[in-house]
Amino acid sequence: MNEDKDVEKDVKKGIKKGYARALDFKHGVIDMGHGAGGRASAQLIEELFITAFDNEWLNQRNDQASFVALPGRMVMATDGHVVSPLFFPGGDIGCLSVHGTINDVAMSGARPLYLAASFIIEEGFPLFDLKRIVESMAHAARGAGVAIITGDTKVVERGKGDGVFITTTGIGVLPPGIHIDGAGARPGDVILVSGTIGDHGVAIMSKREALDFETEILSDTAALHTLVAQMLAAVSGVHVLRDPTRGGLATALNEIAQQSSVGMVLDEASIPVAPQVDAACEFLGLDPLYVANEGKLIAICALEDAELLLGAMRSHPLGRRAARIGAVAEDPHHFVQMRTRFGGRRIVDWLSGEQLPRIC
Amino acid sequence: MKYIDEFRDGDLAQKIAARIIREVRPERHYSFMEFCGGHTHAIARYGISDLLPDNVRMIHGPGCPVCVLPIGRIDHALTLALERNVIVCTYGDTMRVPASSGMSLTKAKARGGDIRMVYSALDALRIAQQNMEREVVFFAIGFETTTPPTALVIRQARQLELSNFSVLCCHVLTPSAITHILESPEVRDYGSVPIDGFIGPAHVSIVIGSGPYVHFAEEYRKPVVIAGFEPLDVMQSIWMLIRQVNQGRCEVENEFVRAVSFDGNLTAQALVSEVFELRPTFEWRGLGEVPYSALRIRPAFARFDAERRYDLAYRPVPDNKACECGAILRGVKKPLDCKIFGTVCTPENPMGSCMVSSEGACAAHYSYGRFKDIAVVAA
Repeated sequence: MNEDKDVEKDVKKGIKKGYARALDFKHGVIDMGHGAGGRASAQLIEELFITAFDNEWLNQRNDQASFVALPGRMVMATDGHVVSPLFFPGGDIGCLSVHGTINDVAMSGARPLYLAASFIIEEGFPLFDLKRIVESMAHAARGAGVAIITGDTKVVERGKGDGVFITTTGIGVLPPGIHIDGAGARPGDVILVSGTIGDHGVAIMSKREALDFETEILSDTAALHTLVAQMLAAVSGVHVLRDPTRGGLATALNEIAQQSSVGMVLDEASIPVAPQVDAACEFLGLDPLYVANEGKLIAICALEDAELLLGAMRSHPLGRRAARIGAVAEDPHHFVQMRTRFGGRRIVDWLSGEQLPRIC
Repeated sequence: MKYIDEFRDGDLAQKIAARIIREVRPERHYSFMEFCGGHTHAIARYGISDLLPDNVRMIHGPGCPVCVLPIGRIDHALTLALERNVIVCTYGDTMRVPASSGMSLTKAKARGGDIRMVYSALDALRIAQQNMEREVVFFAIGFETTTPPTALVIRQARQLELSNFSVLCCHVLTPSAITHILESPEVRDYGSVPIDGFIGPAHVSIVIGSGPYVHFAEEYRKPVVIAGFEPLDVMQSIWMLIRQVNQGRCEVENEFVRAVSFDGNLTAQALVSEVFELRPTFEWRGLGEVPYSALRIRPAFARFDAERRYDLAYRPVPDNKACECGAILRGVKKPLDCKIFGTVCTPENPMGSCMVSSEGACAAHYSYGRFKDIAVVAA
């Protein structure tokens, strides 16, 4: 054992000796060499990724990571991250790429274990920014108790990427007896949401070049698996879980309605929206129901479990503002309807194309 | 939200609804046209029609600037972006409007056109200043609300002596469109479309004032109530219209007193007339050619006029033959009367103008109200 460690140290030393100069994380930029698979690539992996992510699997420096499979059903999810701007109030593409995939795994009820990360970096991208992003990923992964155990780096020519794209793939294990499925909503079920909607989308928009307005709203980006674990400990028979990311709450509910062949009736007054988000949507001509979230989930469960589940959500820091927002109904057309705060009714439809601001 | 939530109060809405029920005469029908897309949007989004008695019908008018933009004008913008290497700047909801041969600005952007969504005409001017080596065109659309900002940037461009900036002007006028509807044979001669009154525009009226509507009330004997875009404004104005009809009055009343005066914004009006002049005729999608219904840039500002600068000749392009937008915009038909509504023509793939923006009659009905057409579970 000791001998192995010594060899490892020697190897490490040996690699380092080959390089004349350490990466300049203050002023340096990514060049095509960093993606060419030669010394520059190895140096980037060594000095940035392995140093930041630092775990036993990555430290083996293989092209793949091997780990012991746990008994039970495995769950896998992948997610590409292309956010602009890369740094936004409350987060950056780094932590987002960790949270996004953890959440996709967690929405099955699974405990996320490992992540793989693939970077596509544009030539000329500042190493300073890359380091910030990678450290933010490392911090997010550590905070979530998930290890980034393998990865890949490619560099594309200037103008052929948008700074950096990060794809993460996650793997997790499902505890026995959990059957969460987008097709699991049944008429009479109750729809819950874990907190205020639209925070992430508005935080991002506030920093877009053309808008740049002042707001205190932070992205809600967060890993939701501990919230999910707490919910499942309280109510094991949760029917559906989904994180309403792109397309917002409205789109996620329409997806579930379609998958489960049911309709839904929401109560507008009960849907939590932060006043700042409401105000920003008002002047941008957007509807918060369609604005993205990165740290919220929708839960659907039987009526008799609703209070218990809501209580479990509210007792977790990420679910403090959880609310009951509506019910599942029988409807051959699979419409998501809403009783408006005003006293009328309307459809909450799928988003058509991109959400565009209205002129009037 | 302060100053907003007060106008969306559900309890107050119930009170006005009760007052409307007390006011309507059960033996007669009331049909009112809300001219503006903003009102159409409010009616759909807040579910206002649920609060109205069955004998009060709202007809969605042509006041959505995106919807009435004819295909030929969007083709102009497409030509500039795709063939003339121009940076085309425009308001968000113009991006999706279908042009000829299945194109739109969104699709042209995907094919390499440099098309940028802006929130304000000033942003377009800034883009021109930042890209002096490129030509920048602001594709200006909208009613009287968006016209003054366009006039302002044209004047600023002249002051700055910007040589790479021009405006593709498609600004249209509200009063001439209302006249066009009132003059249509269905309304005027046959009476097959009974319009008992109008909800007058909100933001447009802030600029032009309530004065221009006096003519409609007197000449056509139609009551007009100018209303704000909040749902309580709409409810209150419907009640005011019912009251006028019941009392046999045809007056211009102003519900939106917190923003609209009789004269309007005189500074904005002066600015508009300094930069723009009337076009003898302009094509509206769904309505066809409407005389004196749009503005063009005055010769004094000719170098900022993209039509002149790029020598763009107008070529009208007809809508799909099955499309009933014209009849829907005049209130002759409802969205459901159109064969292609919800089948070939959907918000994802709009064939006609009314399906283009969420303010259009068909899109509003499709996105917010279509469950009312079919029996579904009670909410």
